[in-house]
Amino acid sequence: MLSRTAEHLYWMARYLERAETTARLLEVGARNALLPDASGGYRNDWEAVLQAKSTLEEFRDKYGEPNQRNIETWLFFDADNPSSVLSCINAARENARVVRTALTSPVWDAINTAFQELKQHQRTERSKLDMTDLTEWTVRNCHLVRGCVLATQLRNDGYEFMGLGNSLERADNTARLIDVKYYVLLPSLSYVGSGLDQSQWALLLQSMTAQRAFNWTYSGEITAQKIAHLLILNRKFPRSLLSCVQWSCDHLDNLAALYQTGTRAQEVAHRLLEDLDRATVDDIFDEGLHEFLARFMARNAGLATTVQDVYLNGIPA
Amino acid sequence: MSAKLASIFNEMMNGGDVRTAYQNLEKWYRSMPSELRSLKQTEAESLFRRVGITFAVYGEGGDPERLIPFDMFPRVLTAEEWRKLDKGIRQRAAALNAFLCDVYGRREIIRAGRIPEHLVTNNEAYEKAAIGFMPPRGVFSHIVGVDLVRTGPDQFYVLEDNCRTPSGVSYMLQNREIMMRMFPQLFMENRIAPVDGYANALKKTLASVAPKKCMAEPNIVILTPGQFNSAYYEHSFLADLMGVELVEGQDLFVEGDFVWMKTTEGPKKVDVIYRRIDDSFLDPLCFKPESMLGVPGLMNVYRSGGVTICSAPGAGVADDKAIYTYVPEMIRFYLGEEPVLENVPTWQCAKKDDCKYVLEHLPELVVKEVHGSGGYGMLVGPKADKSTIEAFAAKIRDKPDNYIAQPTLALSACPTFVEEGIAPRHVDLRPYCLVGESIELVPGGLTRVALTEGSLVVNSSQGGGVKDTWVLAE
Repeated sequence: MLSRTAEHLYWMARYLERAETTARLLEVGARNALLPDASGGYRNDWEAVLQAKSTLEEFRDKYGEPNQRNIETWLFFDADNPSSVLSCINAARENARVVRTALTSPVWDAINTAFQELKQHQRTERSKLDMTDLTEWTVRNCHLVRGCVLATQLRNDGYEFMGLGNSLERADNTARLIDVKYYVLLPSLSYVGSGLDQSQWALLLQSMTAQRAFNWTYSGEITAQKIAHLLILNRKFPRSLLSCVQWSCDHLDNLAALYQTGTRAQEVAHRLLEDLDRATVDDIFDEGLHEFLARFMARNAGLATTVQDVYLNGIPA
Repeated sequence: MSAKLASIFNEMMNGGDVRTAYQNLEKWYRSMPSELRSLKQTEAESLFRRVGITFAVYGEGGDPERLIPFDMFPRVLTAEEWRKLDKGIRQRAAALNAFLCDVYGRREIIRAGRIPEHLVTNNEAYEKAAIGFMPPRGVFSHIVGVDLVRTGPDQFYVLEDNCRTPSGVSYMLQNREIMMRMFPQLFMENRIAPVDGYANALKKTLASVAPKKCMAEPNIVILTPGQFNSAYYEHSFLADLMGVELVEGQDLFVEGDFVWMKTTEGPKKVDVIYRRIDDSFLDPLCFKPESMLGVPGLMNVYRSGGVTICSAPGAGVADDKAIYTYVPEMIRFYLGEEPVLENVPTWQCAKKDDCKYVLEHLPELVVKEVHGSGGYGMLVGPKADKSTIEAFAAKIRDKPDNYIAQPTLALSACPTFVEEGIAPRHVDLRPYCLVGESIELVPGGLTRVALTEGSLVVNSSQGGGVKDTWVLAE
């Protein structure tokens, strides 16, 4: 397969996953803002949301102080924000358009329809748009595209590159979603597990549609330890960091089998998997949740760079 | 040469009678409730939009992805009419290729005094890098698009030839797909020759011109300028139908005696390039040094027989409007046959007498730039006001070599859906002839229609639409 084709497929999948995460973050922020805070007003955790997307500064430059309406615009519709839902869906669709012959028509149709509908939303007056509807719409459409890929795409190398884009991006995004917690709590570890932040941990579960999964998997009290275990180390949960890395390994193993040659990317991925597999929640909290997540994101990004070098630049490394 | 507007030939109606070929269609139209019509029109548009059959217009504002208006009323050619066109088009494609081999080889037609040397060698499209090189099977132009207009029951004219990379064939294929999907019963009531063999024939043609150095199944690719090109959809559509890679310049590189493409498994050799970029962008080492679209070193590999480029660099000299006048002469010279299809009478402003005549008769002529395309930079005399004509006359006086003129032809009209029902609108026709080991021609082509009442400009960039084109089976 042409390296450029593989690259477009890979980025199509990455952008779709990213669109979904941005929508999920918006939902977390909006729900957070409905919770009363200790001073008698409402919580305002929007900065945390922006920080998690590493976009606080750009936002400030354009809008000044964060308020809900502006943040919604910035995260959903603003083309100046490269990780807004709009930017991500446009980028996913543009990547798909370039290599549409490598996609089945249901996959193309799903992406293209989402793109056309989003243009409709863009033309609709904001007062007539419900943010929850929009985030749900986003998540639903991302599910739809992935479902079409799963159900209809030929299991060739293109499929593996789409999967890789998906798994690498999701690993990064789950880490970011968990990290929102860190910014909300500030670095003080003494808060961890206190009654105060219980509702926010619950919200985090909600943002990943993981409340049920949690209750089926763990018994007793909701604790930070258990939630961190679910989101980071639990192989059964499909968004956990360990699951995502396992998923990346699977795709790289499949590629190695298909091309009948192992690669550096495969080694890097498996090393990350082994380290994660050995870790415990206590280790993570000892290191500091934020520090652990930052280190994980850097290694995951390193894996993505290796994938780029090995497969997507077209000249064998 | 008379330049009067004759009466317009209506392809469906003969006075008050419906011509035989259109009788079923006329009944179909009459029995169609108007709600159904608008429903079907919307359906057609959403099909085009969903499949993504758009042409891209960047830099003009508005939606960069536009639809070419699709008219649901098919255009019909009888088996007998097609037989003549088929013969004439194949003849032309053969002569044009013979001409190209000749002007880059022994130049016999020039030495025989049948065509002036300066028209060839001073021509911008005459490619010095192609001199003395004979491409595989002696084919320069592998896809010849012949633009035809009709003025009477038996009168077809060739308006121009397209020997480089004629576009639009995806519309020929998709218009048919959409008509068959929306109106299957029409295809049961009428026996219509299929066009869907085109992609296969194209692939066979391209494979048949693989270089001698290619020992295995040739690796064919389509080279596109990229997603921002107006015809990008067509490039990816054809690549998909043929099952070949769609590459950009950045995907290819030259090493040793061959061209390679960058794949996830490392470099893979490329044997045949169906390029959809212009000569001047092919190789920055040979042509425009600033071109980002091409492949450095490509021409060296080409000239040493490591890769075939379709159409061959230099093919454009055969479809230049100044050369066009001499195509009937080429047919006589190379094939020893009389041309089956006529040229439109043409005045060359480069010739003094012709130029004088043109300037005196501008209000009744169509004047075109010799190297122009797409309906830009042309004057339609009968539709232009006085000041436009005067401004154009100044341009001709300034650079006479740049212009040719033709009588304003009374282009035939086909029934076309309009607000109030159907009305005749002017049409042209572009069939796509394939030249490789053999000459292949799919029965059909792209019919373009000028949707504005009375307009003669059918170009999609200027308000033209397209129709499904039927050739009735024998």
